[in-house]
Amino acid sequence: MNRKKEGIAGFLFASPWLFGICAFLFYPLLMSIYYSFCDYSVLRPPVWIGAGNYVELFQDEVFWISVKNTLIYASCSLPLGMIFGVGLAMLLNSNVKGMAIYRTIFFIPSLVPMISLAILWLWMLNGDYGILNTGLKAIGIHGPNWLTDTAWSKPALILMSVWGVGNAMLIYLASLQDVPVSLLEASELDGASAWQKTRNVTLPMISPVIQFNMIMGIIGSLQVFAVPYVMFPNGSPARSAYFYATYLYDNAFIYSKMGYASAMGWILFLVILTLTFGALKLSNRHVHYGGS
Amino acid sequence: MFKLSDFLIPALVAVAITAGVCSEIRADPSYPPGPVHVQVWVGWAGFEFEGFQRVVNDYNKSQSRIVVDLLSISGNTTKTLLSASAGIPPEISLLGGPEMLQFAAAGAIEPLDQVFQETGIKEEDYVPGYWQVLNFDGHIWAWPSTPATIAMHYNKDILKKAGFDHPPETIEEMDKMIDKITIVKDKRMVMSGYIPGEPGWWNWSYGPFFGGRLWDGGTKITANEQENVRGMEWVQSISKRFGATQMTAFKGGFGNFASPQNAFLDGKVAMEIQGVWMHNFIHKYNPTLPWSAVAFPYPADRPDLKGHTIVDQDIFVLLKGCKYRKEAIEFMTYVQSQPVMEKLCLSHQKTTPLKNKTPGFWKQHGNPSIRLFDEMAYSKNAFAAPKLPIWPEYSDELKNAFDDITLMNKTPKQALDVVTARMQPKLDRYLLRLKLRKEAGL
Repeated sequence: MNRKKEGIAGFLFASPWLFGICAFLFYPLLMSIYYSFCDYSVLRPPVWIGAGNYVELFQDEVFWISVKNTLIYASCSLPLGMIFGVGLAMLLNSNVKGMAIYRTIFFIPSLVPMISLAILWLWMLNGDYGILNTGLKAIGIHGPNWLTDTAWSKPALILMSVWGVGNAMLIYLASLQDVPVSLLEASELDGASAWQKTRNVTLPMISPVIQFNMIMGIIGSLQVFAVPYVMFPNGSPARSAYFYATYLYDNAFIYSKMGYASAMGWILFLVILTLTFGALKLSNRHVHYGGS
Repeated sequence: MFKLSDFLIPALVAVAITAGVCSEIRADPSYPPGPVHVQVWVGWAGFEFEGFQRVVNDYNKSQSRIVVDLLSISGNTTKTLLSASAGIPPEISLLGGPEMLQFAAAGAIEPLDQVFQETGIKEEDYVPGYWQVLNFDGHIWAWPSTPATIAMHYNKDILKKAGFDHPPETIEEMDKMIDKITIVKDKRMVMSGYIPGEPGWWNWSYGPFFGGRLWDGGTKITANEQENVRGMEWVQSISKRFGATQMTAFKGGFGNFASPQNAFLDGKVAMEIQGVWMHNFIHKYNPTLPWSAVAFPYPADRPDLKGHTIVDQDIFVLLKGCKYRKEAIEFMTYVQSQPVMEKLCLSHQKTTPLKNKTPGFWKQHGNPSIRLFDEMAYSKNAFAAPKLPIWPEYSDELKNAFDDITLMNKTPKQALDVVTARMQPKLDRYLLRLKLRKEAGL
């Protein structure tokens, strides 16, 4: 078979995937750019209104509230998730009897579906009956009203985000097990303390994985949606838990403003792209690749 | 090494099969042999769905030309929206009143004036309060189904223990009861006479309960008009008397609506605004609760507002571009007949939208206050949510203002001024775009 035929065959084999990516990714992507410049309610044909949606967005107070809430959430949940993830992975990397059981226990929460998780936490965070406040009461602390107090709705969600740290933890754990023992032994021979070994050997060796989880965390936390949507309808109380993705969804499917929602989608895309690129650039010099 | 033909032949076969199947799907439905399948989508689940399924089963058994396929769909409005935009809608979908406006304004559903005329469905056969929900822009857009009015439910025992032998008629009487019933111990609320935000589904209605309007019916948002401010001032007066923090903390301990921990069912709240369906939940979770219902109190200086209520109902719409329009109309006409409608409404434990009820209907009904709910729909003070396609957004703004008012973040005037300032440009923009679309023939 000549190269031309091989090329055609290759193209044909790839064609289902190519069709899928064109029909279900590129086409909606391009159309959403167009719709973001239109008055479009899904049910009626789009009408071109230029930058009208974008101008309206930047004057929209609720848009800025959702941006602020999302940034607060992301800037707290992301580092917290990374610290807990790395910390747990290090603990679970130690040589203790029954470690497989501990690893399973810490991973199980991340298998709980989002909606079930939200319902479960609605009970756990209940001001009177909740297990969290009952526990706090046992040690003499009067717990806050996590669900109805504007000051505590975001901390409640941040706390909950740690619950799902199992996935990241598993990746950290896999990476930790790949840290060469020879390096750790060499540092021990040089008289390094436990902290020095962690700081100068372990963390640099798992830095590519930390960077990966950080990027995924940025993307995920800026798109937080399901749990606050179920737990805090309309971002209530007083929009203290109203996030960007929730406002986007409301515009698209509740207010029938798909053009406006498309504009929001593109702004979010550009923000995530910029932050991801910035995070990559900033963290690159701290990332150590074993093979390089 | 494989031959190109090894791949090409199966690929061509696959393409041919796909094309065949697709063409079958896209083909004009020139009535295939056998009965026609009419798709009906509803958001009902549980006993409500089962009740309607029984109606559908009866219909399917009664003839052999049409089979109604009933589907219970979570998030039915969104899914109907998506299927309509894709050009493959079901014949019939069950929507709420405000959602109907969005579909009607977008031209996704059919006006039914002509259909009603042809099938003998007449306005005079229906309770006016419920019939008005079907109107928008000078047309009728839906068939009625199970309707609802809202009343104040009260716990007879709690009122009796506090020394009241009858429910409040005016807001002033209600205030006295609230003051006497509400208990705050060690800065913690343990019992409440009334919490305005519980369950929180009609937070927008306190202005209209004081005689306010949220929209002038034309181009003006009137959220901050005097009566609306007065209604919200009354709401805030409860936070002022008992403390916003205490009320928030108290509310934080309430369980889910559909659970024995529901604040009203649990005896934590003595009076609560609720719909005709509340009886079903009382029956399920606390059947021994001594309760009754009355119209929500009116301000003593506005006796003209006596007997006010909110009316709403789930309604059936006919989607434009559906396959079997004629058959769908036939089924819906069947549902509107008195015996069928009574069967459906009895299964939901609601009243019917029809004026005439058989004696058997009242006899079989389990809700002891059903006649009150039925009568309230005739009230001249019965009102529904404003018929604005931007109502979902407006309603969310009012919910947020309500939070600010009850949490004492803003005065009612400030909060409602913010709502007006935010919604007026949105209404202006909506009306302008509507005008431009009409001019462009879109």
